[in-house]
Amino acid sequence: MTTWIPWKIARKELKVIGRKRSIIFYTVGLPLLIAVAFSLEIKSLTASGIPATLSLGAESIIYIFVILTTVLPSTIAAYSIVGEKIEKTLEPLLATPTTDGEILLGKGIAAFMPPILSAWLGASIFMATTDYILLNAGLGYYYFPNWNAGVMLLLLAPLAGVLSIEVAVIASSRVSDVRGANQIAGLMFIPFVLVFAAGVQGLFAFSIGNLLIFSAVVLVVDTALYFLSRATFKREEILTKWK
Amino acid sequence: MPPALPSDSPNSPFLSQIYLWTVFYETLTFNSRQSATYNQEVLALIDTDGLTKKFGDLTAVENLSLHVDDGEVFGFLGPNGAGKTTTIRMLCCLISKTSGSAKIGGYEIGNEENALRIRKIIGLVPDNVGLYESLTAYENLDYYGTLYKRTDSQRKESNEYFLKLLGLWEKRNALAGTFSKGMKQKLAIARALVHDPEILFMDEPTANLDPEAAKTVREFILDLKKQKKTIFLNTHNLDEAQRICDRIGILNTQFMAVGTPEDLERSIHGRKTVVQLRQVNEAILEALKKLKVKNIIREGNKLTFDVMDPAEENPDVIDAIVAVGGRIETVTVTSSSLEEAYLKLVKEKIQ
Repeated sequence: MTTWIPWKIARKELKVIGRKRSIIFYTVGLPLLIAVAFSLEIKSLTASGIPATLSLGAESIIYIFVILTTVLPSTIAAYSIVGEKIEKTLEPLLATPTTDGEILLGKGIAAFMPPILSAWLGASIFMATTDYILLNAGLGYYYFPNWNAGVMLLLLAPLAGVLSIEVAVIASSRVSDVRGANQIAGLMFIPFVLVFAAGVQGLFAFSIGNLLIFSAVVLVVDTALYFLSRATFKREEILTKWK
Repeated sequence: MPPALPSDSPNSPFLSQIYLWTVFYETLTFNSRQSATYNQEVLALIDTDGLTKKFGDLTAVENLSLHVDDGEVFGFLGPNGAGKTTTIRMLCCLISKTSGSAKIGGYEIGNEENALRIRKIIGLVPDNVGLYESLTAYENLDYYGTLYKRTDSQRKESNEYFLKLLGLWEKRNALAGTFSKGMKQKLAIARALVHDPEILFMDEPTANLDPEAAKTVREFILDLKKQKKTIFLNTHNLDEAQRICDRIGILNTQFMAVGTPEDLERSIHGRKTVVQLRQVNEAILEALKKLKVKNIIREGNKLTFDVMDPAEENPDVIDAIVAVGGRIETVTVTSSSLEEAYLKLVKEKIQ
């Protein structure tokens, strides 16, 4: 069994999160709900044949799962850090021979895994049902998976998730309740929603090139925020200023 | 003693030279090795010198110098806001010092590398128990065991040992959130001990506990004392400090006093002598004043006064009373209480 401390911390966090029903319903339920709702939407759209705007519609829906990964991890990350603050569990934790980096990484892994897995699960269900519907509607090939969906789900979604977690860490050190931290971190979905709106309006194409550029931008922001979140997570401030 | 030259030392001149150089080296290093061993034996596990912590303009701890030896239970007494928790946090490398120095187990605090070493050899019971309420008692202990990189079998053994020792084994699968305050406190102590630390820091472990739970926790600390565990105990419970601690330090931002509970009691007022007389008169009072006896209190025919050394001073006092015709019924020597000592020191600081 691994003795990698961040994984030990993540495992504990996952255990705690697993016992919070509201977080589970929110994290797993929302992607599944979106998958089912949009599958039904695809079915109704294809009732009278394959629409010309299929590509835009189907890929926009995949992009919604990317947006989800900017919202869902922040809930867990905010709970994971502010929750420790509220339950006053940080002091004994900080007195163990763990580094700030290990603690942050452990909490980050725990906040990252469930949302990304449930987003992938929701997206997979949506892609499978869409393929089934489209094949029955007369499309002669499997529409999904495709490269665009691959870049969105395997590259952009994880980067968006990391972004959300980093903002949650920074927000958590500035506010004293889970809701506040969650709300600040949740604001990260705005740029992603703007891109979605631009895509639907035809101002942004969900092409591989655009998605890769967008991913690169998010990666740069992720890197900058990583250093900022490390700088924000100071043991002394946590213990003396967090009330 | 340096190593002796054995009778079977080599006969060859060359080998003899080497041998003699070896013996010479051994002899030279013997004293330093002995000294190192000795230092290790008497090494203070906690050693601070002028340790100071400021938060902006506020000085929380000022110029604290103390040492705590291996196996000692050191009590840190002081009112709220005296800097007790801040001191523990500095010593546990949770917050930085402003100036001065401190060593824990020989490691100087103040850098991250040593901080990790120090945190490996200490256990902390904070003033808030800080348990994961949605984890079971067993899971709480096990999690901390993993953070100290204990193996599965070590964790299993120590979790079972402490849960049984503290009477929580039957409740091991119950969520910590369902525990009473006393049970939570016991679990927090067990959590601080899962890695068998050299030093245990406890920040007011019986605060907010009902008398029964406080007694249980106190008895457990006394058990740890019997096992020669080094304990640094923050408390403002004087009775607890007196019963548990080998030495007590009284802190009110600055160190006011340090010593055994008995030393502290004596150091404040010395000791009191109570003389019950058949009749007190002015001549007796005058005679006592001439002896420079301090703080004479008269209550009816009972006189109470301070003496530093009863064995030395009381015979003169008795002679003086008898010389002016006083008739003594009883002579009793009493000490001031730790509470009196504490209150006087804290009051002096406020004034």
